[in-house]
Amino acid sequence: MKTKQLDITHEHCPMTFVKTKIELSKLSEDEVLEVLLLEGEPLTNIPKSVESQGYKVLSINQHQGNIHKVLISK
Amino acid sequence: METREKIKKLSIIGFSGDFDKLVAVFTLASGAAAVGYEVNLFFTFWGLNVIKKKGGRSFVGKGFLARFFNFLMGGKNNVPLSRLNFGGISPKLMTGMMKSKNVATLEELIEASKAVGVNFYACEMSMHILGITKNDFIPDIKEVIGVAKFLELSEDGETLFI
Repeated sequence: MKTKQLDITHEHCPMTFVKTKIELSKLSEDEVLEVLLLEGEPLTNIPKSVESQGYKVLSINQHQGNIHKVLISK
Repeated sequence: METREKIKKLSIIGFSGDFDKLVAVFTLASGAAAVGYEVNLFFTFWGLNVIKKKGGRSFVGKGFLARFFNFLMGGKNNVPLSRLNFGGISPKLMTGMMKSKNVATLEELIEASKAVGVNFYACEMSMHILGITKNDFIPDIKEVIGVAKFLELSEDGETLFI
C-alpha cells in the first residue's frame, strides 16, 4: 500500500474539507491517504464526513501535541 | 411506491454582489460539496458580478444603460464590502487579513468550489435586464435558467438566499 500525505494543520474551514476531498478523489485502490489535522473541528468532522462519503477511516492516532494522524482508504 | 434515497443537497441563491456575502456563498458551497452534498449556486442580479469573465470594471452588455451599469458594478475584483467599504479599500484590506491568517480568500473559495464540483447557474431574467449573455461569464456556468428550473434543482434539499 502506497501512502500519500496531506497536511491540513494550517488550513481552516472550508479548505480543510476541500483539500481532503480533492486528495481523496485522486486516491487509487492501492493507496492510503494520511491526513495530519488539528484537534477540534477538523478532528471531529473530517473522519465523519469522509466515512459518510463511503471512504474507510483505518485509524486515528495522536501524532504530536494537538496534531492527529488519520488514515483513510477507498 | 418507489422509495427514493434522500440526496443531500444545498442550493444557494446568490443575490448579493457584496464581498462578505459572496465569501459566505462560496464558503458554504465549497464546504458542502466537499462533504458530499450536491450544491447548486443560482446567481441573480448583483450576484452575477462575481461570475463575469472580466474581473474588473468593463463595459459589457448590450445597450448604453446596460453597459454603463455593468461598468459601475464591475466584476469579482471590485465587489464591495456590505459595510465599511471606504471606496473599495476595505475588501482589499480584508483579503490581506484573510491571507495573513491563512483563511481562503474569495478568489480561492471560488476556485475551490469549481474543484469540488459545485454547479453554477445564472438567472435568465436578470441577465436580460443587464443585457449580458452566457459568453460574458466564466465558462463554469453550466446553464442559464429561470425560477422553474431552479425549483426543480433545489427540490428536496436546503435552500438559502444570500
